Amino acid sequence: MSLDNINDTAANEALIKEVLDQYPEKAAKKRARHLGTVKSDAEGNPTCGVKSNIKSVPGVMTVRGCAYAGAKGVVWGPVKDMVHISHGPIGCGQYSWSQRRNYFTGTVGIDSFVTMQVTSDFQERDIVFGGDKNLDKMIDELEVLFPLNNGISILSECPIGLIGDDIEAVSKKKGKELGKKVIPVRCEGFRGVSQSLGHHIANDAIRDWVFDKGIPEWEGTPYDVNLIADYNIGGDAWPSRKLLEEIGLRVIGSWSGDATLAEIERAPRAKLNLIHCYRSMNYICRHMEEKYEIPWVEYNFFGPTQIAASLRKIAAQFDETIQANAEKVIAKYQPLVDGVLARFKPRLEGKTVMLYVGGLRPRHTATAYDDLGMVIVGTGYEFAHNDDYQRTGHYLKEGTLIYDDVSEFELEKFIEKLRPDLVGSGIKEKYSTQKMGVPFRQMHSWDYSGPYHGYDGFAIFARDMDMAVNAPIWSKLKAPWKAA
Amino acid sequence: MPRQIAFYGKGGIGKSTTSQNTLAALVEMDQKILIVGCDPKADSTRLILNTKLQDTVLHLAAEAGSVEDLELEDVMKIGYKGIKCTEAGGPEPGVGCAGRGVITAINFLEENGAYDDVDYVSYDVLGDVVCGGFAMPIRENKAQEIYIVMSGEMMALFAANNIAKGILKYAGSGGVRLGGLICNERQTDRELDLAETLAKRINTQMIHFVPRNNIVQHAELRRQTVIQYAPDSSQAAEYRQLATKIHANAGKGTIPTPITMEELEDLLLEFGIMKSDDQALAELEAKEKSVG
Repeated sequence: MSLDNINDTAANEALIKEVLDQYPEKAAKKRARHLGTVKSDAEGNPTCGVKSNIKSVPGVMTVRGCAYAGAKGVVWGPVKDMVHISHGPIGCGQYSWSQRRNYFTGTVGIDSFVTMQVTSDFQERDIVFGGDKNLDKMIDELEVLFPLNNGISILSECPIGLIGDDIEAVSKKKGKELGKKVIPVRCEGFRGVSQSLGHHIANDAIRDWVFDKGIPEWEGTPYDVNLIADYNIGGDAWPSRKLLEEIGLRVIGSWSGDATLAEIERAPRAKLNLIHCYRSMNYICRHMEEKYEIPWVEYNFFGPTQIAASLRKIAAQFDETIQANAEKVIAKYQPLVDGVLARFKPRLEGKTVMLYVGGLRPRHTATAYDDLGMVIVGTGYEFAHNDDYQRTGHYLKEGTLIYDDVSEFELEKFIEKLRPDLVGSGIKEKYSTQKMGVPFRQMHSWDYSGPYHGYDGFAIFARDMDMAVNAPIWSKLKAPWKAA
Repeated sequence: MPRQIAFYGKGGIGKSTTSQNTLAALVEMDQKILIVGCDPKADSTRLILNTKLQDTVLHLAAEAGSVEDLELEDVMKIGYKGIKCTEAGGPEPGVGCAGRGVITAINFLEENGAYDDVDYVSYDVLGDVVCGGFAMPIRENKAQEIYIVMSGEMMALFAANNIAKGILKYAGSGGVRLGGLICNERQTDRELDLAETLAKRINTQMIHFVPRNNIVQHAELRRQTVIQYAPDSSQAAEYRQLATKIHANAGKGTIPTPITMEELEDLLLEFGIMKSDDQALAELEAKEKSVG
């Protein structure tokens, strides 16, 4: 069904114009800066120079989240041995309950609390008189209910910032009383333009309320690394960790998917930070680099090409033994990769894909599709900054359509015109896309599947994409009463 | 529907004193009155009840769990000559959101029939309209007329003009109007003249000039209105006059035309309340010379 002229710069620029023409002048001018195509710079390297991290245009539907979503849903929520309080009225906690599929080992309600919804359930009384006393009492009750919790985070919803409750004072007091970390996170939803500021605020809370309270003693090895910003969605962190251990590294902290608070506390004892989702945790990595002189490297464990490149890049930070191990590991998994490609590549080769996701996926998953012979024809981020787009160009081919903070209207129009064989985005886009007759995979939650990281994950990724693209349902869409 | 009025003005200008004295005079004219105190300090009904009201709406709601758990009788007390008294109350200074408290309290009173069977509902609102909550009485279907208590002092005039801006904002969507300025004499230069001029400029009237009289303080020390404490005094007669004028002012409120900051400053310069920069500098130089 794909068009013949894929990643045609002129056609894509015309398409952008067609979409923008539907807007009032002011909105069109604003949105124009967020839409573009991959171009070659002076040295012939592909770049995408769209504007990003700017307030969404009022009146167009954006799928962005808020600061609370970034701090609670992404960074703090997956820390498994802490109780995370959604502090404020009940909706924020309730409707974000357990949505990110952050897997963990442990027993819910005993030593792990990730899938629980804990909220201070603000009432009118708390707004008028302040909620600090209730918060204090709530923490005491949590301590009785869940004595094995290793700490508490307090994630501010909007009203807390509006009425000016002093959650820092409560945190200090309760932290002292309980002898545990009680961490206030000022992630009121009205702050910033997207969930991205929430990641930053949450990173700052790690710096101020964990690291600055003291780094525990640690019997280190030269091979201690932290696996940063893998949220273990569908179990992603596990195959990643397995690869790192196989090349001889010791993962002393895996953040924040399946993490314990202790793993965060001891992180500054590591020799190297390996950062997966740059967008959400580069802040704390930069801080650890400055203050504790721990270097950091980005890696990509989607698809065999990038896995091999990343393993070599990581190994290059260590000695020859590790480097040799990396080669052995890459060789060991080659038969698995060959098997996956032999089975799925013929079924997926040449199929086109459009992505619209958050964090790092709009670029990192692109090469996994490449490995399967699929072609990215459009991609964009919900809440990226300029440095994300700078990291994107080289993953893509010239002419590829780029859309930042895309509106529902724009995305639907792009899908309609580009007619990709697969769209990878979120739950809000899933059913409208499928109703257009276009195969779809949720690429935030892995559509209740996963893991997709590492070699093990690649096998599942390939199977899932095949399942979506080549499902028999798509041949049944033609109405029988319509002539062929 | 009862006639709803509200008293606004700069903090400390005498809103509560003026409003309670006026309402005590109104009740003598056989009007049934409900006072809604919209100030966390809860001192809008003290002179009518002869004591500070303890059971504020929000205080009781906090104890009971929520405002839904309250009955109207719990929060409504009867004072001088049957005046019904309520206080919104609110948090202690520095915590929570008093503005939301005012909204909650007014909604509770309305929904529970406090406004039935009265001729007047009077809101007494704290000094500055700091947020949307304190603007509640000027919003849709609340007060029809606002009376601004002011004096010839600069800050009181600034506040009066600002309140007029607030009224203008809601005058289009709801029916709120400016009833007039009540000038509480502070014995500043050309005070009456200035009050009348400002009233004219912002398209309203100076409805009454309340002369300064220590008897007000004497009554207040006894937690009484002048009407109750010294019914035959000249000051009591002033408040009766004000009450009569307000009673006759029904439906005669206007949409204010607040003036710009510059216009207001010019007015103050004209009346010698404020000095121009040149004038202030000249005076300073003269002073320095005389010292030197």
